Amino acid sequence: MKRRVDAAVGWLEDRTGAPGLIHHFLYESIPASSGWRQVFGSVAVFLFLVQAFTGILLAVNYAPTPGDAYNSLRYILTEVTGGRLIRGLHHWGASMIIVVVALHMIQVFLYGAYKKPREGTWLVGVLLLLLTLGYGLTGYLLPWDNRAYWGTVVVTQIAATIPVLGPYLTRLLGGGDSVGVVTFARFFVAHVMILPPLTMLLIAVHIFLVRKHGVAPLPGDEQVAKKEFYPGQVFRDTFAIFIAFAILFTMAVAVRVPLEQLADPSDTTYLPRPEWYFLFLFQTLKLLSGPLEIVGTVVLPGAAVTALILIPFIDRGKMVRVAKRTTAMACVALAAIGWTGLTALAVVTKPPTTAAEEIDYSGPTDWMGLSPEELAGIAYFRAENCASCHGMGEGGSNIGPDLTRTSIHRDAAWMIQHFKQPGAMRPGTSMPAIQLNDSQMNSLAAFLLKLNPKNASALENAPDFAVQGALVYQANDCGSCHQVNGVGTNMGPSLNGLAKRRSRSWVEQHFADPPKLSPGSMMPPYKFSAKDMERLTTYLFSIPE
Amino acid sequence: MGNDLPVVPEPKEPTRRRLYVLAIQGMGALMGAAMGIPAIAYLFSAPRAPQESAPGQSNGQWVEAGDVASLTPNEPVEMAFRRNRVDGWKVISEKGSAWVVKRPDQSITAFGSQCTHLGCAYHWDDGKDQFICPCHNSLFSLDGKVLAGPAPRPLDRYETKIENGKLMLGTLRESSGSQS
Repeated sequence: MKRRVDAAVGWLEDRTGAPGLIHHFLYESIPASSGWRQVFGSVAVFLFLVQAFTGILLAVNYAPTPGDAYNSLRYILTEVTGGRLIRGLHHWGASMIIVVVALHMIQVFLYGAYKKPREGTWLVGVLLLLLTLGYGLTGYLLPWDNRAYWGTVVVTQIAATIPVLGPYLTRLLGGGDSVGVVTFARFFVAHVMILPPLTMLLIAVHIFLVRKHGVAPLPGDEQVAKKEFYPGQVFRDTFAIFIAFAILFTMAVAVRVPLEQLADPSDTTYLPRPEWYFLFLFQTLKLLSGPLEIVGTVVLPGAAVTALILIPFIDRGKMVRVAKRTTAMACVALAAIGWTGLTALAVVTKPPTTAAEEIDYSGPTDWMGLSPEELAGIAYFRAENCASCHGMGEGGSNIGPDLTRTSIHRDAAWMIQHFKQPGAMRPGTSMPAIQLNDSQMNSLAAFLLKLNPKNASALENAPDFAVQGALVYQANDCGSCHQVNGVGTNMGPSLNGLAKRRSRSWVEQHFADPPKLSPGSMMPPYKFSAKDMERLTTYLFSIPE
Repeated sequence: MGNDLPVVPEPKEPTRRRLYVLAIQGMGALMGAAMGIPAIAYLFSAPRAPQESAPGQSNGQWVEAGDVASLTPNEPVEMAFRRNRVDGWKVISEKGSAWVVKRPDQSITAFGSQCTHLGCAYHWDDGKDQFICPCHNSLFSLDGKVLAGPAPRPLDRYETKIENGKLMLGTLRESSGSQS
């Protein structure tokens, strides 16, 4: 066996020289002091490969246009096997790569590994950092949900504030008057066609330079024999990669990446917030307003990048021990404090999210297809604690029968009689009579008749605001003029897809005085409590088209 | 470099080395599997069925193709219809067509409009009384049997039923491979 392998390797060596190259790469000599602190670069390259791999997989089922992007992503999340995992890996991988790149730079900075002759390696590294941030900026738009849309609006507006170049840059980003199809195409192309080849090229140059100059030694390394890269250091790199991958995989499985409502340019209540690693910039902008704004959008970020570029040309002394590099340590500490402070401030001052923003549209949304009456039935189902005796599918209580199958052989009249006098319909039952009025019982029966093993998840998933909103809807008899999901009358307009047609504030004002906002409307005015108004509008806004 | 000291392998002990190599390979294999298996499932498994009652699932759905009364026995007519189909994340409404033949005994057959060889559209040749596929010259008889050419099996047939004088088409059934 061994002879065969050797022969094959020899054949390949003669034809391509590849085995020799790999050997040369693996048995490179590195300073004796190298060890765990040098693993971050390898982890960053690995994460880049994960991003490329999962990115290609996502692109296989993704349509990069505003009309389709959102729906195709929903398709990936709800219908494609493993889609949620792949998207989770890509989403959390993006955050993780930022962390690892930052750790890599901090390590290099603290040890002064950018010093002569390694200035070029550092500069290429700074460019790679900018590219990494570029991925975050452009990838943010691609889900085309509200978060993506409004975040991108802000980014293009910031680009517009740059003196002289602003208008050109905005046009390059395709964000002339508003964010739309052209912006989308440009961001997508940047994300998948421009940034990846650039990154690969720069990573190649970066690694070439690392190899050319060798891993940066510590003072005193000259006195000790060098060691080989393989397998000791390769093991350390692989182990670090493995830990990073395990964390990433766990996050992708355990932490759900929400998908918000489809991008809604007319939504005036939406507060866009950037990804966590840009929060410090977001907060800086908040602190600097008016003529100072440009300091936050251009001057400070520009100064930071310039400082990073200039570092190896300012700090040109001989290599010294890390413990003696107090200035470098102070710089890192100061930057960390500044970054953490601003980020924390942004997190603390975050306004409470409204219920509408918390809906995860990537999840099972069976409840969205229920009529308001059926949805209100869920409220009674929960209030009467039906589930404490009636299990739903496996693992539930089995004191009473599984209600996901009752609709097959019972009708509404039977159920309502049964709610009122359980014993009369089923002699010997231990079920207590239900104390609800007739219309509430109708609601509960309507829901139970709709319930089947496939949509039973609606019971758990229907968010409270929707269920409560449906109660308000029922209590005010909205269905006698409007339709939701085909139920009701069409005297007034159908309420499906309301979110696309009207803004929240419009709807709220409309309740108070309908003819004022829609002249000729026959709708009577309604006065709701603030809580009911919130529930009803949020519910109405969650009903899909 | 200016370093004349010899380069030593790391680590020096051979057992430790073997352990390192094993660990590298083991972790690599684990990560490869953790990425590879979901990727294979993602690419090769059919997407979950869309939500129940999604319109356009052709299974069990009947579409109206046209009037039966207008058909002349043994004269195939191409009937066009519109049906909904689930296409990835969309339900699309698309045009389809079928070659419909009324037999002298009034029974009706509707053939799928694609040749069973490589899916080209075939047509009825009045002069020869045959279905002809122009791509590779497959010939089919009035009852869909292969007369000549590379077609591997007879023409596929739609499930049919007649409601109020209208021809309704159901699922397109693949014909069995055998041919007489």
